[in-house]
Amino acid sequence: MAATPPDLRGHPHRADTAFGWIVRGAATIVLVILATIAIVMTRRAVPVLSHMGIEFFTSKRWSAPQAIYGALPFLFGTLYTAVIALVIAVPVSLGVALFVTQVAPPWLRRPMIYVIDLLAVVPSVVFGLWGVLVLSQHFGLGRSFLTAGIILAIMVTPIITSLAREVIETTPPTDKEGALALGATRWEMIMATVLPHSKGGLVGAVMLGLGRALGETIAAALVIGSAIGQITANPFAAGNSMPAVIANEWGEADSMHKSALIALAVTLFIITIIVNLVATAIVQRSMRRSRGL
Amino acid sequence: MAVAVAPVREASVVSDVPDLRARPSWRSAKSAIMTGLMMLAVVVVAIPLVAILWSVIDRGAGVAFRAFPSFFTAEVPTVSRRVGPGMGPAIVGTLLSTGGATVMAVPLGVLGAIYLHEYGAGNRFAKLVRFMTTVMTGVPSIVMGLFIYLVWTLHFGYSAFGGSLALACLMLPVVIASSEQMLRLVPPTLREAAYALGTTKSRTIATVVVPAALPGIVSGSLLAIARAAGETAPLMFAVGAANAFNPHLLSGANTSLSMQIFGNATLAFTGAQERAWGAALTLVGIAFLFTLVARIATARFAFKR
Repeated sequence: MAATPPDLRGHPHRADTAFGWIVRGAATIVLVILATIAIVMTRRAVPVLSHMGIEFFTSKRWSAPQAIYGALPFLFGTLYTAVIALVIAVPVSLGVALFVTQVAPPWLRRPMIYVIDLLAVVPSVVFGLWGVLVLSQHFGLGRSFLTAGIILAIMVTPIITSLAREVIETTPPTDKEGALALGATRWEMIMATVLPHSKGGLVGAVMLGLGRALGETIAAALVIGSAIGQITANPFAAGNSMPAVIANEWGEADSMHKSALIALAVTLFIITIIVNLVATAIVQRSMRRSRGL
Repeated sequence: MAVAVAPVREASVVSDVPDLRARPSWRSAKSAIMTGLMMLAVVVVAIPLVAILWSVIDRGAGVAFRAFPSFFTAEVPTVSRRVGPGMGPAIVGTLLSTGGATVMAVPLGVLGAIYLHEYGAGNRFAKLVRFMTTVMTGVPSIVMGLFIYLVWTLHFGYSAFGGSLALACLMLPVVIASSEQMLRLVPPTLREAAYALGTTKSRTIATVVVPAALPGIVSGSLLAIARAAGETAPLMFAVGAANAFNPHLLSGANTSLSMQIFGNATLAFTGAQERAWGAALTLVGIAFLFTLVARIATARFAFKR
């Protein structure tokens, strides 16, 4: 007669199960927070949206005493400053990323990366302080769309540069060597192998920079000039952006005014999330493709 | 066997042999110009970095160290016109709100990352959480500030803790993403070795996986803290405004270095602007210090990408 074999199957340990649930709970908190943000903020935005209707997005007039809230100038200001920032930051970031990966001698690469990353560590309010007391005063720019665009450009450059660098580094060395062996100059090699290879990822990097520029509050609030109702292509004019309005007007806002500012925040939230998601999708797809997966 | 020998050059061909020495051509000139433009881009990036750091040191060091150490310990003058120190309450406020945020966001973030990497491989819920973490990273900081105002400050009043909550919301996705990346670098053989010894999963994670990834996790968390310490927008709605010392985390309006810079930057008084620069120097110093420690932690990390 064979003795009954001991049960060798593992049985769940109580502490083990508990730990599993704890980490699951920690992960769930992300979902809880995001859902709460969406629900709470949207609910608070409803009063002004039912008061103004679609006019909230199409009207140029923003007058708290008369309870008229048209956010178009702020939408415009947010997009305009972000575009100025990208026009400046994209060529510069690409140039730096190409220099670091293709030109710089190996011993110089790491120090350069560290120094550029330092820019990303400087708090945005310090950029704002420098913008308002140095850039706008001593360079005659005043507080304007352009000043805000320049400050935002300085802030998004390290982000775009470091992502672009990562994307460019995935170019297979054999492609580059092949191009050089065929007699291509360095620039021809970059145009023929590096850029086509990393095109998608670079677009994604730029869009992540855009997402950052759209949501940046404090620096813009300090240098954009807080003009009401200004829609003009003149970069030297004072303007306003959605986050800057929220930061500057919150203090003395009554309840409908607060609802209007929250509606601005919801709009900003939706725009930045769309931009970020598209950007992340593009970056991840191009990274996956370049690893041949 | 005989090696293939190139045919003997005939006299008529010799003159046709191309000159293979590099020759300046429009192609190499173009390449050189483009390389020059890349170097120019590096210079263009360096200018604002140097200019900003120079302004902060030049204008901040004077006020911060002229009356050392009272700039770091004295109260903020109640009359902004007055010249002189200090930023003591702001330093306390920054440490309180950032510290509170760290205590909440770092453990939660690391646990969340453990779920994503150790439990959630190929699991749909984990994919959803990872996706939402990316979404959360993109939420503008001012939106987080308003959110905390609505769910916390409206009910419990101004306090440094409100700021902690807002900063924790900003830090959480960053800590999750960076910690998950570090857990991914821990070789699976380490886990398998622990399992082979009969160790339970939770024990393996606590005694093998997390210690192996710890320097990387610490480094990622420190970078998140450095960023949070400099944030302004999430604090202004939840923390309120104050100029006096408030060492209480949970009650009473407070202040922070970032909010003092924001408030003083647009005032026309020399004294206020001087204090703003001094506060900026202090804040940049804190942020750089954390980044430096993070770099040192990374350098000690055993598993490199």
